[in-house]
Amino acid sequence: MPVKSKVRTHRAVSPWLFLLPGLAIVAAFSLYPFLTTLGKAFTDARTLAPGRWTGLENFRDMLQDEQFWVALRNSALYVVLVVPFTVLLPLLLALLVQKQLPGVAFFRSAFYTPVVASVVVVALIWVWMLDDRGLVNGLLQLFGAGPVDFLGSSWLLLFSAMALTVWKGLGYYMVVYLAALANVPRELHEAAAVDGAGALRRFVSITVPAVRPTMVLVGALSSVAAFKVFSEVYLMAGPTGGPAGQDTTLVMLVQRTGTGLNGRTGYSSALSLVVFAVTLVLMLLVLRADRREERV
Amino acid sequence: MRHRMPGWEKVLRYLLMLAVLAVAVGPFVWQLSTSLKGTTEDIYTSPPRFLPAHPTLHNYAEVADIIPVWDYALNSLKVAVASVLTNLVGASMAGYALARLRFRGRRVAGLAFVMALLVPVESVLVAQFTMVRDLHLNNTLTAVVLPGSVGALNVLLMRNAFAALPYETEEAAVIDGANVWQRFVRIALPSVRGTLAVVAIFAFMGAWDDFLWPLVVLSDPDRFTLTVGLNFLHGTFQQNPRLVAAGTVIAVAPLLAMFACLQRYFFRGVGEGAVKG
Repeated sequence: MPVKSKVRTHRAVSPWLFLLPGLAIVAAFSLYPFLTTLGKAFTDARTLAPGRWTGLENFRDMLQDEQFWVALRNSALYVVLVVPFTVLLPLLLALLVQKQLPGVAFFRSAFYTPVVASVVVVALIWVWMLDDRGLVNGLLQLFGAGPVDFLGSSWLLLFSAMALTVWKGLGYYMVVYLAALANVPRELHEAAAVDGAGALRRFVSITVPAVRPTMVLVGALSSVAAFKVFSEVYLMAGPTGGPAGQDTTLVMLVQRTGTGLNGRTGYSSALSLVVFAVTLVLMLLVLRADRREERV
Repeated sequence: MRHRMPGWEKVLRYLLMLAVLAVAVGPFVWQLSTSLKGTTEDIYTSPPRFLPAHPTLHNYAEVADIIPVWDYALNSLKVAVASVLTNLVGASMAGYALARLRFRGRRVAGLAFVMALLVPVESVLVAQFTMVRDLHLNNTLTAVVLPGSVGALNVLLMRNAFAALPYETEEAAVIDGANVWQRFVRIALPSVRGTLAVVAIFAFMGAWDDFLWPLVVLSDPDRFTLTVGLNFLHGTFQQNPRLVAAGTVIAVAPLLAMFACLQRYFFRGVGEGAVKG
């Protein structure tokens, strides 16, 4: 009898003891904050004041807020302009380092270096490289071009930040593609080569269909990441988002309005919900596009 | 018969790889070079000079005079090590329970971690900030560590690793009278060392490189981590690229050294994290 009861308490209690640390952290710092964000989005709360229920007022304010539209435009542009490059360039890179050649492992590791470095470090490196008297302009001058003031105008600044994002992600997605390419049967390529198909033809009709699920995955991951962009633009354009705030992104706006002692917690929570909703929709869209194509 | 690569293709591949190498690693070399150039050397020359004429560590000494860069490095190290330990313990325990123990509510518990994965950190940033303030933890390193102390993705990675182990070894231990804790520590954990290494490395890298959350939580310049400190340095001393360069080299060197030693775990982590996340 005592033995049996011991076993039973074991079964009932110990699994929850194992789960306790993980579940507590995830509940306290992810699930619960999500619920409070949902609640605060409909109030006029501030950092030091709980605020009152104001219904949809924050969302109405948003529609009138010029900064919101600028931020939404920038974050959306980030997705549209960055994702095609992060889907295609790393695939080409993976094809380049896939073949077993002497020294190729060194190149693979070297291409991964920007992934390991903090975004703060690489952004500051780029700021210095793109300085109007920096490395890039020094090189441009050799060819009689420039100098280009990359960090002076809001558009060039945004494009520079996008280039940085693509550059930093290359190695990461390259490794993802390498894993997928390892599963493409070599015979397919050899047969096609015997049939006289050129490199481009083989890429389009063998490689791409074989790694398409991975391309969709990379597309989903990188579009969500691109929409949430913060650090690159914050560091290159400064806390206020470049000339006249024209380079502000949505997460920058969340951070600027919601934190600090005078934070407008309510309004910022409403903006956070927009971030959440768009990332969710982006993921669903990409995954659905994948399924529709498969049916055709 | 295996298709042999023609000579011209080999040459082309190496040329392309060298070009990408210049683009991927060149900026780091340029930064290192700038950090070693003395105050009298012109850093704005065209054509740019990659080799410093008179290499000096002067900028490293000076950046340490301006901001407490070594304290910041120590703060980053504390945060990263704490994050590694909490993730290893929390994720392996939860992962083991999800993969190996039978109990009511297991599916709900698993679902909680999957749902947490769907909530981007950026969308709960303000709620986390408010909460940390209410707990009077703002401006502490504890607050920097807490939200990422047990990553949902790590829990799911550990669950998959434990689920892939054969049952037989643990059954033998049950017959020998080992309890759950003994089975976990003595049999299950040693069998998933590879995944533990991946979790540890990515927890370290994530904590060391993180910027947005420490920026929000830390307001007192004495408490900064390296990333926030570099942002401060950049904001205040933008006109002196040599100093900023020295600061960035200090921040990136430890991670690059770690990467050089533990490459295969970095690559494994990408595969597992991307596919199963």
